[in-house]
Amino acid sequence: MYDFNYQRASSIEDAASKHAAADDARYLAGGMTMVPVLKQRLDQPSDVVDLGGLGDLTGISEDGGAIVIGAMTTHHDVATSDLVKSKIPALADLAGTIGDPMVRNRGTIGGSLANNDPAASYPAAVLGLGATIRTNKRSIEADDFFTGMFDTALEEGELITAVSFPVPEQAGYKHFPNPASRFPIVGAFVAKTGGGVRVGITGASPCAYRQSSFEDALSGGLDPESLKGIEVSSDGMNSDIHASAEYRAHLVNVMARRAIGG
Amino acid sequence: MPSVSMTVNDKQVSGEVEGRTLLVQFLREHLGLTGTHVGCDTSQCGACTVHVNGRAMKSCSLLALHLDGADVQTIEGLADGDTLHPMQEAFREHHALQCGFCTPGMVMSAIGIVNDNPDLDEKTIRHQLEGNICRCTGYHNIVEAIGAAAEDMKG
Ligand SMILES: Cc1cc2nc3c(=O)[nH]c(=O)nc-3n(C[C@H](O)[C@H](O)[C@H](O)COP(=O)(O)OP(=O)(O)OC[C@H]3O[C@@H](n4cnc5c(N)ncnc54)[C@H](O)[C@@H]3O)c2cc1C
Ligand code: FES
Ligand code: FES
Repeated sequence: MYDFNYQRASSIEDAASKHAAADDARYLAGGMTMVPVLKQRLDQPSDVVDLGGLGDLTGISEDGGAIVIGAMTTHHDVATSDLVKSKIPALADLAGTIGDPMVRNRGTIGGSLANNDPAASYPAAVLGLGATIRTNKRSIEADDFFTGMFDTALEEGELITAVSFPVPEQAGYKHFPNPASRFPIVGAFVAKTGGGVRVGITGASPCAYRQSSFEDALSGGLDPESLKGIEVSSDGMNSDIHASAEYRAHLVNVMARRAIGG
Repeated sequence: MPSVSMTVNDKQVSGEVEGRTLLVQFLREHLGLTGTHVGCDTSQCGACTVHVNGRAMKSCSLLALHLDGADVQTIEGLADGDTLHPMQEAFREHHALQCGFCTPGMVMSAIGIVNDNPDLDEKTIRHQLEGNICRCTGYHNIVEAIGAAAEDMKG
C-alpha cells in the first residue's frame, strides 16, 4: 500500500474542508472496503480523512414515520437495534447477513452506500423502502442515488450523514449468498409502502435497481404466487465464475418470492 | 511521522507510525505481540482477529491511526498468568487446533460469539464462524470447544 496523509476530522464541516483542501482525498469510515482497496492499489488518494471521531454520525432514531440511521452506524448496530427490529425487521435481517461478525462490527451503512458495490446488500433496502440519503449538502431520493457500478449521485467531497427509511406496512429480504465472500449473488428487498409496492434488487446487475414488473404484479398484495412465471431478462446482468447472467436472472424471481414467504 | 496511543491488553502504549501502518503491523512489529497472525491480508480469513473496544475485528483491515485512543485486546491478554482463559482451555481440551495458525483469531472470534449470543446452539456457532477460515481441523472440534467454553464462561 502506498502511503498517504492521514487526517482525522473533528466535525462534519472539518471533514468537508479537509477533503476540499487536499489534492485528492477520500473519506474513511469503517475501512472494510477502503483498506483492502488501498492495499491492492486500486485507488491511491493523497489524503485519507477519517470520520471515526464524528459521534454525531452514529446512532438510530425514529423521526415521524421513518427510522433514521447515522452514516457511521455499524451493520452490527443496525442488525441488533430494538428500534429497527420492531419497525423494519427486514432491514435488521439484511444488516445481519452482511459479511461476517468482524465485518459487521466495523463496516458502516454510509460507507456501504457511498461505495455502491454491485453486490452490496443495503442498496436493495434503500430502493425497496424508498429511503432518503441525507448528506452535508442536501437530501437525495433512493431512485436518484445509485447511478452506476461503484457510482452514486454524490458529488466530490459530499458526505453522507444519515439515511432515512420510511417504515413500511410489510417488508421482506432474501439473498443468495456467494459461498466464499458472503456478498449476495442476488438479493431482493420487497416492501409494501405508503407509496405502493417497491422491489429493490442487488447483485444481479452492475447497479442495484427496481424490478418494476414485480412491483406491478404485487400491487394487489404481497402474494408470492403473483410472481410465478414472470420472466426476468438476463440482458446486461452480471456474469462471473459464481453465476451466469441467466442464473442471476432466475434468482431474481426466486429471491423476491422467498422475501415474501414463497 | 504521526504518533498513535492506545491501550493494548490493559497497558497504555504509543508509537510512531505511517498513515498506512495497519493495526496488525503495529501489534506485531512495533509491540512484538506476534500472537495475532496474518493469514490472507485480504480480510477473508480472520486469523488477525482482535477485540477493539470489546468487539471482534480484523486487524489486517484497520489502520493503526484509525484506532488512536482505542482499547485493544489480543490473544496475549487472555490468560491470567498460567491459567488459560476458558476459551483457550476448551480449545486445548477439545483438540480444536492442529497447526495452530488460525487459532488466535478463532479464539478471539469465539469469545465475541459467546459474548453476543447468550443461548448458543451449534448452528449459531457454525454460522457466526463465517469470518474465520481453518485449513486443518474441519471445524468440528472448534465448534465443540466453543460450545463447551460457552457453558464455562456462564459459570
Ligand atoms: C469479508 C467481507 C465481506 C463483506 N460482505 C458484504 C456483504 O455481504 N454485503 C455488503 O453489503 N457488504 C459486504 N462487505 C463490505 C462491507 O459492508 C463494508 O463495510 C462496506 O462496503 C463499506 O463500509 P465501510 O464503513 O467499511 O466504508 P469504508 O471502507 O471506510 O469506505 C468505503 C467508501 O465509502 C466512502 N465513504 C465512507 N463513508 C462515507 C460517508 N459517510 N460519506 C461519503 N463517502 C463515504 C469512502 O471514501 C470509500 O470510498 C464485506 C466486506 C468484507 C471485507
Ligand atoms: S489476515 Fe486479516 S482476515 Fe486474513
Ligand atoms: S489449525 Fe491449522 S489452520 Fe486452523
